[in-house]
Formats: sequence, C-alpha cells, structure tokens
Amino acid sequence: MYKNILQSIDNVAIWPVISFVIFFLFFLLMLWWFFTIDKPYTDMMGRKPLEDSNLDSIDQTSNL
Amino acid sequence: MELERIQYDNKIVKAFMIATVIFGIVGMTVGLLIAIQLFYPLFNFDFQYTTFGRIRPLHTNAVIFAFVGNAMFAGVYYSMQRLLKARMFSDALSWTHFWGWQLIILAAAITLPLGITTSKEYSELEWPIDIAITLVWVVFGINMIGTIIKRRENHMYVAIWFYISTFITVAVLHVVNSFELPVSLFKSYSFYAGVQDALVQWWYGHNAVAFFLTTPFLGIMYYFLPKAANRPVYSYRLSVIHFWSLIFIYIWAGPHHLLYSALPDWAQSLGVVFSVMLIAPSWGGMLNGLLTLRGAWDRVREDPVLKFMVVAVTAYGMATLEGPLLSLKNVNAIAHFTDWIIAHVHVGGLGWNGFLIFGMFYWLVPKMWGTRLYSTQLANVHFWSGTLGIILYALPMYIAGVMQSLMWKEFTPEGYLVYQNFLETSTKIMPFYMIRALGGFLYLVGVFLMAYNLVKTAYSGKFMANEEVDVAPLMKTQEAPGGYWHRALEHKPVLFTILAFIAIIIGGAIEMVPSFLIKSNVPTIASVKPYTPLELQGRDIYIREGCVSCHSQMIRPFRSEVQRYDPKDGEYSKAGEYVYDHPFLWGSKRSGPDLHRIGGKYADSWHYRHFYEPGEISNGSIMPAYKWLYEQSIDKSTTPAKISAMRTLGVPYPEGYEEQAIADLEKQAGRITENLKLEGYEVSGDAEIVALIAYLQRLGRDVKVKEDVATGN
Repeated sequence: MYKNILQSIDNVAIWPVISFVIFFLFFLLMLWWFFTIDKPYTDMMGRKPLEDSNLDSIDQTSNL
Repeated sequence: MELERIQYDNKIVKAFMIATVIFGIVGMTVGLLIAIQLFYPLFNFDFQYTTFGRIRPLHTNAVIFAFVGNAMFAGVYYSMQRLLKARMFSDALSWTHFWGWQLIILAAAITLPLGITTSKEYSELEWPIDIAITLVWVVFGINMIGTIIKRRENHMYVAIWFYISTFITVAVLHVVNSFELPVSLFKSYSFYAGVQDALVQWWYGHNAVAFFLTTPFLGIMYYFLPKAANRPVYSYRLSVIHFWSLIFIYIWAGPHHLLYSALPDWAQSLGVVFSVMLIAPSWGGMLNGLLTLRGAWDRVREDPVLKFMVVAVTAYGMATLEGPLLSLKNVNAIAHFTDWIIAHVHVGGLGWNGFLIFGMFYWLVPKMWGTRLYSTQLANVHFWSGTLGIILYALPMYIAGVMQSLMWKEFTPEGYLVYQNFLETSTKIMPFYMIRALGGFLYLVGVFLMAYNLVKTAYSGKFMANEEVDVAPLMKTQEAPGGYWHRALEHKPVLFTILAFIAIIIGGAIEMVPSFLIKSNVPTIASVKPYTPLELQGRDIYIREGCVSCHSQMIRPFRSEVQRYDPKDGEYSKAGEYVYDHPFLWGSKRSGPDLHRIGGKYADSWHYRHFYEPGEISNGSIMPAYKWLYEQSIDKSTTPAKISAMRTLGVPYPEGYEEQAIADLEKQAGRITENLKLEGYEVSGDAEIVALIAYLQRLGRDVKVKEDVATGN
C-alpha cells in the first residue's frame, strides 16, 4: 500500500538521493574541518568561560 | 589599550531563577499528584478540573516550559553576557521576555485544567497563547541576537552556538506545529489531519526535546561545567563536532515516535536510522563533559555543584543511548505505549535537566550574592535524595513497562490472550506505581531543601544587581593564533544563524515534504465519512477531558493487538481512517485500552454507566468518574462554526450543511437517549455524555460499514 503512495509522488526517487548527497557533503565538510583546525585556536576557545568574570577568584566551595 | 567599564545584568538572572524554583515545585507537585491518581483514583477528587486527563498536560507543560524553560533563560542570560562581554542588548526586552513568559505560564495554568487544549502533546495551549509564545520568543531572539551583535568578544564560544540553534529551531517547530484554524477564542482545529498531523506533531515533540531540553542545556554545560571545575573543556574540537552533528542529525529522528503506526514505512525507517546515528554526537558530548573533570575527580567527591553536574551528564549519556535503542523497531514494539517511555523521559528530565539546573543554581547563587553556600551538607542531602528519587522513579517504571507489555502480548497455547481484560495488566503493576510516586516525592523533597538552602545563602550575602567588569573593546584586527574558515563564520553571527537554520530545515523538509505531497494520495477508504455534528461535539469533549493521555487510537499490526482490540475482524489501524481527524488522537501511552475499534463493542448503556462510575463496571478501574458530563449541556450553538471550520480544512461537508447540523445533532442525540431509556436510563439529549457516547460508538465503525449493513445496524 505504501509503495503505491510513494510511486504516485512525482520524482520520489530524488528524495533519497538528495538526502544522501547532503549527508555526504556535510560529513566531508566536517572531516575537512576536523583535520584543518589548529590547536592554539581550540586552546584559546576552550579557555573562554574561564576568563569572563572579575569574581572568579572567589571560591564558593572553600567552606567545605 | 583602554578598558571599558560595563555592567552585567544579574537582576534578570535572579528573576528567572526565582521563577524556576517556584514553578519547579508547582510542576513536580502536580506530577506527584498524577502519579498518585494512577493508583488511588480517589485523588482525582471527583472534580473535573483535577482529573488526570486535564492535569497531566499541566504537569508536562509546567516542568518543561516553566521549570526547565525559566532555568534555561537564567543560564543563557548569565553566560551569554559574560561570554560576549556585553550587557544584554536591552533591559526592556529582557523584562518583556520575563513577564511575557510568566504570563504564558499563568495562562497555561488556568486554561489546561479548564480543558482548553489542542491535545497535541507539549503543544496543548490554544491559539491565542500560541501567538503570545511566538511574540515572546521573538523578543528573546532579538535580545539575544542584539547582544551577539554588540559583543566585545571576537569569537563566539560554542555555548552561544547552542543558544542560537535553540532560538531558531524552537521558533520553526512552534510555528509549524501550531498551524490551526480558530473556531472560537478558546478552540481551534489543527490545520493538519491524521497521519500528517501525527508526523508534524512528533517532528515537533521530538525536536522540542532536542532543542528546548537538550541544546540550551548543552550550552549551559559547556559554560558552567568548566566554570565549576575551573578548567577548560576537555576538547573544544569535539564540542564543535558535537554541535554541528547534533543539530544536523536530531531533526530527522522524529518519526521514531510513530513506529508500527499508520505512518508510511520509509518515514519510520528514516527515523530509526537517524536515531541510531545520534548516539555518536550525544556520547561525544557526554564524554567531553565528563573528561573535562579529568584531574578534578577528587573535587567531585566534595563539591555538590560538581556532583550534580556529573550525574546530569551521565543521565544525558544514558538517556541518549536509551533513546536510539527505543527507536529500534523490535524494542519499540515492546516499549511503546508503556511506562518504559515514562521512565526514559524522566531519566532525561530529572537527571539531565533537573540535576544540571540544581548544579548551576548552587554555583550561581553564592556567586551572584558574593557569599558562600549556606549549607554544603544540606546540598549533599539534596543530592542523595534526588539521586535516590530518580532511581526509585525509573527502575519501577522500567519493570512496570516491560511487565505490562509482555502481559499484553501473552497468549495461551490455544491461541487466546492470557490477559483478555486490559485492567488485569494495569492492576498488576500498581505496586510499581506506588514506588514511583515515592521516588518522585523524594526528588521533590530535595527541591524544597534546595529552595531553603538557596534562600539562606542569599540572605547571608549581598546581591549584586549589576556586576561591574572592565573589558577591552572589540578590536576588528584582533586575531587568534592560527586560522581557518570556521573562525570566519564565528565573526558573522547572522550568517552563522542562517547556516544553523539551513542545517535544521533540511532534515525537517526531507522528512515532511513527501508526506505533504501524500495529502491527495493517502489511500482513501471509501467508507470513511466525516463525523456527524454530534460525534464532532463528542470528539471535542474527548479532547477537553484529555482522554488521549491514557487511551491510544492506534492499533498496531501485531497479532496481540488486533486480537485484543478487534478480535472479530482483525483490523489494525489504517492511514485512510484518520483523514478527517483534526487533530489526530493516536496517543502515546496506554494507561487504559486502545479505543480505535471501541464503536459497537458495548451498548450505549454500558458507556453511560461506565463514565458515571468506572469502578462499578470494571472492578479496580483507575479511570476517574465523569459525573459532570451528565449535568453539563453541549453548546450546540458552536456546531455550525465547527462544521464550517472543518470544511475549510478539507472535510467534505456539503455546502450549507451548517444550517442542518443542529437538527441532525438533535436527531442523533434523540436516538441515543431513546436507546438509553429502553434500558432504564433517563438523560437529556443535550447532556455532554450523549455526544461522547456518540463519538465512541463511531470509532472504528467506518471500516466495518459493509458488515454493519449486512447485519442491519
């Protein structure tokens, strides 16, 4: 029954092809990015949350 | 370089935090009440505004949008200002956002118990409130994007990306799923029907979990966990991959909520494949969170903030492994419609969202009030009562879910169902419901302890409404070491937003466009006819009372289901049967039996007696009594508007049928009251119960028209 539904959609075969192409491109981009990223940059970004406030020196857990 | 003195707005963060705690307590208390109702129906109080069907959506909406929502805004407003080195774009917008959101919550708290609901899960609020949500969300978005634009920080940290994706995706989800045609101020019909409505709703439902309960909290995790551990995130590279792959894959997985339903197979398979793929980014993110604590595990033993966060991240990992497993068709065949799903969402809700919120609050309050936590010991008690609460909640629900499902499917050697009466399978799991309620209670006690602890902490310090900091102005030439294309993207928040939008829209479009094309192609079943005016009114009462909370209308193509729900004809539910269902009412949980073939199964008088006192007909029934249906009258005057709205949506009522509708309604009601009178039950034809009986007696009859004609019905 569902096969008939799909067959009656114009150019239904293009949908899986589009899906696959988008996916493939996306992961290629991801891989390319992964291998080209540089460490100093990621180190700098990783430290961002730690450098944003004047009050970080207060250690609120020191009453333990 | 000259430094600039700016002030971070802590007051708005404080307001959202107070709202979080208050609505957390309210939402969880309602949760505890409905948990108790499931084993002591007495706690429905014989009062229409407190029945399970009406307040279950109140619980879900309160915890999702009021508790978790307010906490999300608190976390976003706090971290965003600091990560972007800028005060929020506009104080006026911040406060419009805050009060607008609280008014929406208030509107939900009033309308849901009144039975004003669209019945679509986590999207129950009626159209005027939907519009208000859209407006407030836009205010939040403008405030956020405005802050990003006026930032003094060249690079957008990954948390900000998660916030941006949250904003745009929730906007798209909410608008698409809320297409509805108003009939009156408090009533609308979904623009979509049947299978399409189900697909859109679960595309929404699934991604609301993804983009309301997950992505903003991942942003919060990537900010607050490094803060609390006082070390940078384990791998920033991994966090970026986590982001892009998560938002790209998540959006495709919605159909896994509709496995074995009347949804086309290709859409179901798509949902399964993408759900399994989701394990990779989710676990990458979880490991990234946990590994951030490398070298700091000794502090986890002592610091309640870290304790809560570690359990939260672990719960995220468990729930995101369990989700894909549940989406496998063979697992789903057992788990769907059972308490297993309830356990799953609560591992996510109580563990991931709840514990991350608690950890964040225990860290924020001492920070914002410039003091120390009032009692670490009390926070530890909270931690253990919360953890024990989650265990006592989830484990019994897993057992109850699997047990009940296996009972539903058990056959005697002769080929009969062992548990022919659905109720038997419910009464057997009552002890587990009781333990679950205890688990919920322990968790709630913990929240009270936290509220007390945080209030005492606040009183011991001094609140800094505006936190002053010196920051360097944004230098366009300021460059980070190294270079690559992604950094260019982070300089352009608008472009970034557009790309994130494209990433989420592709999945949604590919998933849904074919199903919209199906519109004219759903295999129509010639005998399926629009509801009569009385049935339509009855259906609206069914929606108002929240029957869909406990009763599905979707018989899956399993021998055990067709034998239970349609033993005579063995018909499972077909897509073509739902073409006039605005909205669809498939349900997601069976606390009672499926009703899709209930029509004609019992006499009118059976329903009449059953609704009045379910326990008298079915000994041990947990269904509440619906006595008000016998006193309240159908508002017949709304009938023409309803017929006309349905026609606008594509239901083929003949032109001008509105004028005849009320007369037809009265005629059908008259037949039912006569039937009832013959069996000794006197009731007015205007009573709501008559319409509800008419609707229930119609369910599943269309596909049996031939047989009905043959037997002279």
